Amino acid sequence: MLEDYLKDRRKEKDILLMTHIVAGYPNWDACFDLVDAMVDAGVDLMELQIPFSEPIADGPVILKANQDALERGVTVARCLEFGREVARRHDIPFLYMTYYNILYRHGVDAFVEDMAVSGIQGAIVPDLPPEEGDDYLRAMTRRGCNPIFIFSPTTPDERLRYLSSFAQGFVYCVARKGVTGMDTRFTEELSTYLARCRQATELPLALGFGVKDKQDVDYLKGKADIAVIGTQTLRLVDTQGVAAVGNFIRGLR
Amino acid sequence: MNHNGYFSDFGGAFLPEILMATFDELTTAFKNAKADPNFWREYATLMSTYSCRPTPLTLAENLTRHFGGARIYVKREDLNHTGAHKANNVMGQGLLVKRMGKTRVIAETGAGQHGVATATMAARFGFDCTIYMGEVDVERQRPNVFWMEQLGAEVIPVKDGTRILKDAINEAFRDWVSNMDNTHYVLGTACGPHPFPEMVAWFQSIIGQEARAQVLEREGKLPRSIYACVGGGSNAMGIFSGFLDDATVELVGVEAGGRGLDTGAHASRLCSGDAAIGVAQGYKTYFLQDAEGQMKETHSIAAGLDYVGVSPILSHLKETGRARFAVATDREVVEAMRLTIRREGLIPALESAHAFVQAFKDAPNMAPDEVIIINQSGRGDKDIFTVADAFQDPGWREFIIKKAKQYHA
Repeated sequence: MLEDYLKDRRKEKDILLMTHIVAGYPNWDACFDLVDAMVDAGVDLMELQIPFSEPIADGPVILKANQDALERGVTVARCLEFGREVARRHDIPFLYMTYYNILYRHGVDAFVEDMAVSGIQGAIVPDLPPEEGDDYLRAMTRRGCNPIFIFSPTTPDERLRYLSSFAQGFVYCVARKGVTGMDTRFTEELSTYLARCRQATELPLALGFGVKDKQDVDYLKGKADIAVIGTQTLRLVDTQGVAAVGNFIRGLR
Repeated sequence: MNHNGYFSDFGGAFLPEILMATFDELTTAFKNAKADPNFWREYATLMSTYSCRPTPLTLAENLTRHFGGARIYVKREDLNHTGAHKANNVMGQGLLVKRMGKTRVIAETGAGQHGVATATMAARFGFDCTIYMGEVDVERQRPNVFWMEQLGAEVIPVKDGTRILKDAINEAFRDWVSNMDNTHYVLGTACGPHPFPEMVAWFQSIIGQEARAQVLEREGKLPRSIYACVGGGSNAMGIFSGFLDDATVELVGVEAGGRGLDTGAHASRLCSGDAAIGVAQGYKTYFLQDAEGQMKETHSIAAGLDYVGVSPILSHLKETGRARFAVATDREVVEAMRLTIRREGLIPALESAHAFVQAFKDAPNMAPDEVIIINQSGRGDKDIFTVADAFQDPGWREFIIKKAKQYHA
């Protein structure tokens, strides 16, 4: 179980790291190298984003990566093959991150079936609240995959508990308003919010959006279980290339 | 509609968690406004004093004679302040923004009509205003950009994706998830997550209410058919809602056929095989998308119809058979517009001219005692650059070249 794996791992480390890549960006060879480098640098789990033409929750950097991948002909079928391959090669948990239309068009059952067969342990679908997710939740439960739900600073306590009742594996706490890749202020307000999240669920807490360096990761120790590094590694790939990523990750904790 | 904003299997609210609380607040404000008769009264008064409501229902005698069939009436939404039905929705949402105590509005715009209407509303009510507009649309609707900026709005050209309406909507959502505390997103059409389709259709229903009363007064009977162009679907929903319960009245929505359905260069979600049910921009409806769920490029001569999705309420009306849908190609639209200008002295927007195309196809086959209404959702003056190109007007071309030289000097 993902939850158990994370809790066990947390006993050995102050904080876990989850990294993110956009499947097919900047190209497939680089993606395999990136996953190798990230796993080698000790990340504890990874999100593989399947590109979508309308990624409304993503900021400019990830948006551009989605568009570039699609323009270069990246298909959902190829992304699923990629997921299968990396999950076979590495023994950390992998998750898909994508928007609901990708699942819907593929067929939700078929998509989840593919995940299960490939050993992908869960999914983050930011535009699918539980209210709209009956088919998805049923399929995920049947195949033992973890639906990862999102907490936000604007979510009232009652709704945090409601979301927690559907969540499995861990909960993804969005650090602030806005889209991915903008600055986050790591202040008292964030700790208060994380404490509120902690109250609402027994599941491990991941904190993402704007986590970019060791200082940010250090701040999260004792407050969250998983630090999520998303846009920052993409920026690094864009500016310094894949080779720079391993050292960057090693320097985070 | 059920409590989650579904019409048949269309609609819903596929929202990122960060916006949930904002939508709860909006839904509550909308429900309260709808339940409060004073709100609608205030809205109707505003529209009759600040815009030109009720807009006239014009009998197009020359066109009627030309086609020799049904009596053709035109509902004159072009006479609204800012020149289109967009004002109805925008002023309504403006009143709601005041109720919610927010101080800033944002909007997407395609043709620029919704952007101009929103900027106007913001100027009138004293709100800050940011308008997102695809870079391609900024090019083809430059005069509207000028007016939005004069009205005090910041116009942000969207350079991502296909750089048209859908991309402007995505960008507006990205702004909203950052600034929802003081900002309301004035969505311009009957699309998007619940409660937008229902809310926009409600504000626009003022068109249908008036049209029904006007046609009954003039003709003593209900029309046989109602024609409206369909982009997102707000003007169609507006006029249709007046006649939804009149089973004998045929409702006809006309989509953008672009260069023809078989070319792939069109924006027809309800008549072409290129569309399928999907979920994007927060709601479920027919989208022009590929087999893997990526949205396609769309094309129309009319920027306001150039959109991948369609109102979930219209998808529902198609599914139930209550409405019929047709397409008009760019070429047919230009011809219908030319004819309407010459014969009737009316200048419909390129968007609205789509409705005229289908009405002109049907009218000759109807009896002279039958009545039809075309919704002229906006005026065509704004399209002068596109229309002059389409008409290949030599005088205009010369004027632009001369004007450009003046700026160079």
